[in-house]
Amino acid sequence: MTDTSDISSLIAESATRIFHDRCDPQAINNAKGVCWKEPLWRDIEENGLTLSWVDEERGGAGVGIAAGFDVLYVSGQFAIPAPLGETMLAGWLLSQAGIAIPSGPMSVAPCTRQDRIFIDKKGALSGTARSVPFASETRHLVLLAQGEEGPVTALVETKDCNVKEGTSIAGDPQGKFSLDGVTLLAQSALPPDIGSDVLMLLGAAVRARQIAGGLQAVLDLAVEYAKERIAFGRPIGKFQAVQHNLARLAGEVAAADAASGSAADAIHHAKCFDEAVFLEVAAAKIRAGEAAGEGAAIAHQVFGAIGFTQEHILQRYTRRLWAWRDDFGTESEWAEKLGRRIAAAGADQLWPILAAR
Amino acid sequence: MTSETVQGIQFDQVRLPPEAQQLRAEVRTFLAEEIAAGTFDPHGTRESDGFDREFSRRVGARGWIGLTWPKKYGGHERTFLERYVLTEEFRVANAPTRGHFVADRQSGPMLMKYAGEEICMDVLPRICRGECCFCIGMSEPDSGSDLFAAKTRAERVDGGWRVNGTKVWTSAAHNADYMIGLFRTSAPTQENRRHGLTQFLVDMKLPGITVNPIPQMTGSLDFNEVVLEDVFIPDSHLLGEVDMAWKQATSELAYERSGPERFLETFYALVELVRLLGDDPDLRGAESIGRLVAQLHTLRRMSVSVNGMLQAGKEPVLEGSIVKDLGTVWQQKLPGRVRDLSAFADPRSANIVSFHEQLENAIMIAPKLTIQGGTTEVLRGIIARGLGLR
Repeated sequence: MTDTSDISSLIAESATRIFHDRCDPQAINNAKGVCWKEPLWRDIEENGLTLSWVDEERGGAGVGIAAGFDVLYVSGQFAIPAPLGETMLAGWLLSQAGIAIPSGPMSVAPCTRQDRIFIDKKGALSGTARSVPFASETRHLVLLAQGEEGPVTALVETKDCNVKEGTSIAGDPQGKFSLDGVTLLAQSALPPDIGSDVLMLLGAAVRARQIAGGLQAVLDLAVEYAKERIAFGRPIGKFQAVQHNLARLAGEVAAADAASGSAADAIHHAKCFDEAVFLEVAAAKIRAGEAAGEGAAIAHQVFGAIGFTQEHILQRYTRRLWAWRDDFGTESEWAEKLGRRIAAAGADQLWPILAAR
Repeated sequence: MTSETVQGIQFDQVRLPPEAQQLRAEVRTFLAEEIAAGTFDPHGTRESDGFDREFSRRVGARGWIGLTWPKKYGGHERTFLERYVLTEEFRVANAPTRGHFVADRQSGPMLMKYAGEEICMDVLPRICRGECCFCIGMSEPDSGSDLFAAKTRAERVDGGWRVNGTKVWTSAAHNADYMIGLFRTSAPTQENRRHGLTQFLVDMKLPGITVNPIPQMTGSLDFNEVVLEDVFIPDSHLLGEVDMAWKQATSELAYERSGPERFLETFYALVELVRLLGDDPDLRGAESIGRLVAQLHTLRRMSVSVNGMLQAGKEPVLEGSIVKDLGTVWQQKLPGRVRDLSAFADPRSANIVSFHEQLENAIMIAPKLTIQGGTTEVLRGIIARGLGLR
């Protein structure tokens, strides 16, 4: 996979421009209704962002895993209210299975620990998918189903799935649907070196990177506000108690960035999804998820009452941080998995495992 | 591009290069041989002062002190990332590095920057051979975090300076050959209260220096009081500019702050917890181990990144402070977490006795971890300044 930081920064710049024009959090907050949705998606798609992880021979941008993660980081900085990460994941799964990529927004399933989707020899699907981000706003759903001979990528039309719509804590659509009796558009086995946990793994890395971007924006907002807001005769940022809270927030931002950046880098350079990738991604989702919780709490404390209103954009970020930490496995779920592997390897392997990264 | 912001917090993606991991293997072999020969106990209760000159000499003979320094000073011109690996392995093994660690980490680089060539040619090769232990003479009875309150005076006399005063909490002073001392050479000015302090290289064998031990609460002998009475320091031992120490202190901080010693001091408690809970822990044990490992992995990735950025000639001062803040708080909280998680462990577990010994030690050393080398409060002030708030 070739990639240079030049390509990465070009794509990230172009993503920044699109998000700045089309999903500026303040503009969306001020907007009546959802008139921003269609132009946002159009620009995302026309500029090839959705196809970041699709090879060129399948019509994708083929910019590489790292550049895709950079786009996701930027999407976090804008608290993106659209299924970009989901469509990128869907494109990656289809691409790996050799299925042509349809246009339009997509989402993926299963994306919780409990859900399993099955496909039998005749291609009949079964199972339930819960908490699927943006499901009702998509045209297609891409499923990672358990086939009798291994994991299978399956493409279905959203309208065939009878999606029961709900919303996430961020207020974004989140759907539940049953696959029983749903007609397939296409299916194909994944290459043998890709396991059935790959979607949770990549999805967790996606969310960790988005959390890092979101937290960075929250820090910028909070620092700006602390410099401007006057209380007791001076900017609140001059008070040591507030400074120390913001320093802690900077620590959480740094941890989320370092952990998620490392996981993205590990995936980019990995030949297969091995134990090392698992450690990196699990750690990133755990640590970024923790940072999301801590960071949101500190930011709200800095902003006081105004930050608790709908009109202020802080909630666009903090509610997405809370939503993203829930998607593709919570901190607790990943920690339990990681802890079991560490325990099974034994105390004397703990340091060698850590030091190998 | 991804992490560049107004504040500029940025952690470059840095992986340890093959030569660093190769060095790690060599260090592990060396340490295993030392342990087999009885030099030190990797599971020791850490009450000794960690000083073993013969061990330091053997480390020096391997070429592992002054690893990044110029060859003309006895150094080896290798990378910060290799030094990073060395530090990790020595820490994790509980090796007695006090005879050379401080000199290697900060005193040597300080000399290279501010001492004359003659001093460098004399002292630095001895550090590299493991023959030269340094202590840091900063704190005083009325000057701790507030360094600029230092009162120990250095007065100009013919050919040098005469020093009078007392330094306290001076780690390893009883073993040290030299101190880098911070002394008052003029009064602070109205505009700059940091003005008027100067750094000196102090030979600890000079007449007029008395070192009195101050036992720590753990029983360990590390702290000292260093009394200086009419100590004569020649001009050649002046470091940098007179009265301007405040400018010199800041640039070395990224090196001092961001190393693995900022999160590995109580790591052994985590290792023993994993041993205690066994290969099939309950849900609570598994989840908690997972979280702790994720947090530690993240700290390592941050620290490696800072060292990689230093190697690339950048000055990640803010990032270094963040690593130290997060790392020291983490390693301080770790023993308490381990204690909670061990509460329902089977008392017949094989390692339970040594586990409790190690845990007790970790709990006792924990308070100092967020004090030494800059308190959490001072660090957060520095981070806040980096954010543009001060």
